[in-house]
Amino acid sequence: MIAVRDVTKSFGDFVALGGVSLEIPDGSLTALLGPSGSGKSTLLRIIAGLEQPDSGAIEIHGADATRVPPQRRGIGFVFQHYAAFKHMTVRENVAFGMRIRRQPKDRIRERVDELLEVVGLAGYHERYPNQLSGGQRQRMALARALAVEPKVLLLDEPFGALDAKVRAELREWLRRLHDKVHVTTVLVTHDQEEAMAISDRIAVMDHGSIEQVGGPRELYDRPANGFVMRFLGPVSKIGDSLVRPHDITILLEPEDGARDAVVSRVVHLGFEVRVELRVAGEEAISAQVTRNEADQLELVEGGVVWVRTTHTLAVPA
Amino acid sequence: MTVDRPWRIGLRVLALGYLALLLLIPIGLVFYRTFENGIGAVYDSVTTPAAISAFSLTLTVTAIAVPLNTIFGVLCALALARGRFRGKALLNAIIDLPFAISPVVVGLALILVFGRGGWLGDLPFQVIFSVPGIVLATIFISIPFVVREVTPVLTEVGDEQEQAASTLGAGRWQAFWRVTLPSIRWGVAYGVVLSVARCIGEFGAVSVVSGKISGETETLTLLVEKRFQNFDLAGAYAASALLAFIALATLLAMTMINPRRDEE
Repeated sequence: MIAVRDVTKSFGDFVALGGVSLEIPDGSLTALLGPSGSGKSTLLRIIAGLEQPDSGAIEIHGADATRVPPQRRGIGFVFQHYAAFKHMTVRENVAFGMRIRRQPKDRIRERVDELLEVVGLAGYHERYPNQLSGGQRQRMALARALAVEPKVLLLDEPFGALDAKVRAELREWLRRLHDKVHVTTVLVTHDQEEAMAISDRIAVMDHGSIEQVGGPRELYDRPANGFVMRFLGPVSKIGDSLVRPHDITILLEPEDGARDAVVSRVVHLGFEVRVELRVAGEEAISAQVTRNEADQLELVEGGVVWVRTTHTLAVPA
Repeated sequence: MTVDRPWRIGLRVLALGYLALLLLIPIGLVFYRTFENGIGAVYDSVTTPAAISAFSLTLTVTAIAVPLNTIFGVLCALALARGRFRGKALLNAIIDLPFAISPVVVGLALILVFGRGGWLGDLPFQVIFSVPGIVLATIFISIPFVVREVTPVLTEVGDEQEQAASTLGAGRWQAFWRVTLPSIRWGVAYGVVLSVARCIGEFGAVSVVSGKISGETETLTLLVEKRFQNFDLAGAYAASALLAFIALATLLAMTMINPRRDEE
């Protein structure tokens, strides 16, 4: 288990972390999710030992690691911009940590071959990083981090510099890798979909503190506050309540508790249909219905309907 | 910018003419005059005991000054590119001092410090009018080259690779040797070549502190000056040609290093 205890960190006047505590269970894949400037990368770098906290402590597997330099923490770290050793071949990059540890040459060769196989770079041994695509470089960086058999794998926006398609592929691949290797993994991301898709647990961060920790489902269904709810997916605001677009039911007849609304726009997005509505005295809201529902309702722009909401979250006005 | 054809040709002629008149023709003439009377005379002229001594002194001084300035330069560049400390701007300015101050002033300053009655005038060995003085003067005037070449390379490379090395188990020293140094090697090489050229060609500061004792404290540039003043023009040309030859070799080294430096 990694334990973060009441960690603070400031850069000049900017408070990056204002007293953060977090426990990361062994073998889990935990995401630190938040907007930029929320402190998630700083927290990861403090766990790695690349930054020193102003106060507080880091424990890795029960031992205090706060003052332990990064090279003795038993971690693997993957950077957003790969941090590939440009003057070394793929083989030398992956072997780096093992050579530092003076492992026998045969063993290094075997392990490098095995890891390049795992990350899908077999046959790329003698290439240089500038001969690889972004996705390949990042897979090489992962192999390099895994080569030293870290107790903890730390990933700082690992797919942030890649295009959407490669990002989605690598995301799936990382999840499968984690299921195979089971190394405790912490992933920093600002992409809620990425966090939901691959992690067991998510810690949502904002302004240097943790807003909520839980499984993806739990956070989505029972957000602790408006920030978490907004960050995990689209929301509409009706009165003092936040509601997910798919928890808005559109009715053709009035009903107890339902409010009347005017359809201002119907957007067909394939299976899903987004209905933009105006409720008297409220901001514009949008509801999400399936194509079949939309067909049955025969929605037209300017038509009057009634809306009922479920699973709402009351927020201070 | 588009320029009419006659203008374009005119500008080219002007630029090339300027270079030819001020650089190529004079240097070419030195070589021409040197070899005018055959290679035998040149050989005799550059193998006199005074010339051999001057040549070896110049090389010795360079061989001491350049490695020291390389080590200092890399450390200084690391401090400037990576460090966060007070007085960084001041350090940055001080490093350029040898560019700004005339070498003659540097020589005089060394005499004030190490000369008779100077601040450090009572050392057990002689500095001024001796080899240590020449070495000091040469080190002083060639300080900025490695620092100025390496600092921007370090800034450009960033420290992420070093961080990656540390997460992979490398200590600071290992990270420096295995990651930092290889990624700045061509910048260092370029700085070294520039330093070598500057050290070999130095005249002003060395002239003040050397005492110009033939066969002892006379460098190659001082030998050229002495021969010239003694109306030994052929001898001066021969020694100059030797200097120019070394300079051309450095130029060649620079052209070979430069594209590699840009690759990184």
